[in-house]
Amino acid sequence: MSYHANEKGYYGEFGGAFIPEMLYPNCEELRQNYIRIMQDPSFQEEFHQLLKDYVGRPTPLYFAKRLSEKYNTKVYLKREDLCHTGAHKVNNTIGQILMAKKLGKNRIIAETGAGQHGVATATVCALMGIECVVYMGEIDIARQAPNVARMKMLGAKVKPALSGSRTLKDATNEAIRDWINNPVDTHYIIGSVVGPHPYPDMVARFQSVISEEIKWQLKEKEGRENPDYVVACVGGGSNAAGAYYHYLDTPEVGIIAVEAAGKGVNTGESAATSALGKVGIIHGSKTLLMQTDDGQITEPYSISAGLDYPGVGPMHAHLFKSGRGEFISITDDEAMTAGLEVSQLEGIIPAIETSHAFAIFEYKKFKKDDVVVFNLSGRGDKDLQTYIDYFKL
Amino acid sequence: MNRINQALKADKKLLSIYFTAGYPKLEDTVPILNALQNSGADMIEIGLPFSDPLADGPTIQESSTAALKNGMHTELLFEQLKDIRNTITIPLIVMGYFNPMLQYGVEAFCEKCHEIGIDGIIMPDLPLDVYQEEYEAIFKKNGLVNVFLITPQTSVERIKQIDAASEGFIYMVSSASTTGAKTGFGDEQVAYFERISAMNLKSPQIVGFGISNEATFNTATKSTKGAIIGSAFIKFLTNNGVASIESFIKSIRS
Ligand SMILES: Cc1ncc(COP(=O)(O)O)c(C=O)c1O
Repeated sequence: MSYHANEKGYYGEFGGAFIPEMLYPNCEELRQNYIRIMQDPSFQEEFHQLLKDYVGRPTPLYFAKRLSEKYNTKVYLKREDLCHTGAHKVNNTIGQILMAKKLGKNRIIAETGAGQHGVATATVCALMGIECVVYMGEIDIARQAPNVARMKMLGAKVKPALSGSRTLKDATNEAIRDWINNPVDTHYIIGSVVGPHPYPDMVARFQSVISEEIKWQLKEKEGRENPDYVVACVGGGSNAAGAYYHYLDTPEVGIIAVEAAGKGVNTGESAATSALGKVGIIHGSKTLLMQTDDGQITEPYSISAGLDYPGVGPMHAHLFKSGRGEFISITDDEAMTAGLEVSQLEGIIPAIETSHAFAIFEYKKFKKDDVVVFNLSGRGDKDLQTYIDYFKL
Repeated sequence: MNRINQALKADKKLLSIYFTAGYPKLEDTVPILNALQNSGADMIEIGLPFSDPLADGPTIQESSTAALKNGMHTELLFEQLKDIRNTITIPLIVMGYFNPMLQYGVEAFCEKCHEIGIDGIIMPDLPLDVYQEEYEAIFKKNGLVNVFLITPQTSVERIKQIDAASEGFIYMVSSASTTGAKTGFGDEQVAYFERISAMNLKSPQIVGFGISNEATFNTATKSTKGAIIGSAFIKFLTNNGVASIESFIKSIRS
């Protein structure tokens, strides 16, 4: 079984491009060109140069000594929090801005939840001198204020999404509507492995630099390329896709996906898509999604804006359905506690999204010599206010 | 013969109206259908509301949200429509997004439509290739005409493909936009209508998006078979209510 997209963008039964005809020319243009452009040596050179000199890659693979001692296993942290702008999101936006340039586009739109993808997009647009519009749910604008300010400082226009739950799903709807209205000059930089084909595959390929580095870094440190487990939080699933990518077809590497349970999987306030979702269509992709029996998409909930999405990328739906990935859901409280613990054991304040991944020790026991790589997708600066309010710091 | 194909043969420009089922009030579906037929609409698109209508602008989004809040859902719509063919003789098309249809079960959905006397389906996010590979046989078995969209950006090659796959009409989206985003047509749209007309497709074209009054209806139908009014009709309903529908239709066709 393959865990990669086929040429029509399907991962098993999931994926595809369920888009209105208005989006067909745009998606088709991308579909026909993305692999050719990405494999072009000049593209590769520019992409890797920017990842190195601008983003600061390779990011360290750090042996977390105190965490390892506490949980009696070997914990490594892949430090995506040290990327320029503070999260893995920029790997994808660098790739996509170069793609947009090759396609001759001169206007960029994006959606954002936590604001990390919005900041990463605004950043590369500033870098390239391209107009940038970021859609963000009104609720998220309030809870991620520092990132809103950063996007503005970078010259992007932040447009509030006022429909639905006014979070990531609705910001994505608004971005797609913008693209329908601006089909010629605009490129839509989707921030995760979601949306119609070829986005999930394209974004996964840009993020795959994460596992490409883990392989040689682990070889240096442990004498082997393959860890026993790779752990990542999953909102749409881009940091996870990048961390798993080069291990997908290596069954000895266990894949652990951590979703946001919100206030609890069965409380009605959750974003644990694998547990609560059924097969359906969201944002042009056939995947697992939280919905009513009648097929209306339901409002997810998580304390973390970046995980507050009612669907999951089709790669992850396939990993779940096929049993290749082990899915664990973590509540707000468990995530916050784990975030504080990592801060105090390792001196690293993780983004709340990432904190979810660190809470799995309650649910998953590792052996003493297991090598467990956590993808530390982002840093917690943007979340300080939430942490402060939560812990009354 | 399917009522859509019959209507397309008539020697006149067709006026088709879109409305969102369950809006303004849950029970308005049947009264709206009756009023539209009685005042001279030629075809009706019954919108099945969806929580995330990607191709729609604010007017239809808001009507969909309101309809869902009112309690509209797929089974209820079918229930409201069960005796509709006792009164309505013009073509009826169900328009919506694919996910609610998928959850209902595509086959069950089509069978129900057939039972009721629905003539066609418009699901903008059910793409041509998926339709042909997975669902065409089910639609056909139930006598349902599937309607595809084209836009000013659709390539000639794809238009030909869509024409070949169409059994009724082609839904010609007037400009690159979501619904209700633009009103009025410039030279660009007129040139596009004429360009498509000159292709001599087997399927007649009906224009949608941007038609709001007599003038835009006339411009849109100069070189096409008809036009669809959606957002402007919803706005009218919001402001004037179901009882005044006749005056809206009469204003388009004075
Ligand atoms: C730090 C961080 N991690 C994870 C995510 C979730 O996205 P994804 O699942 O695509 O990695 C976000 C999204 O905003 C994020 O900012």
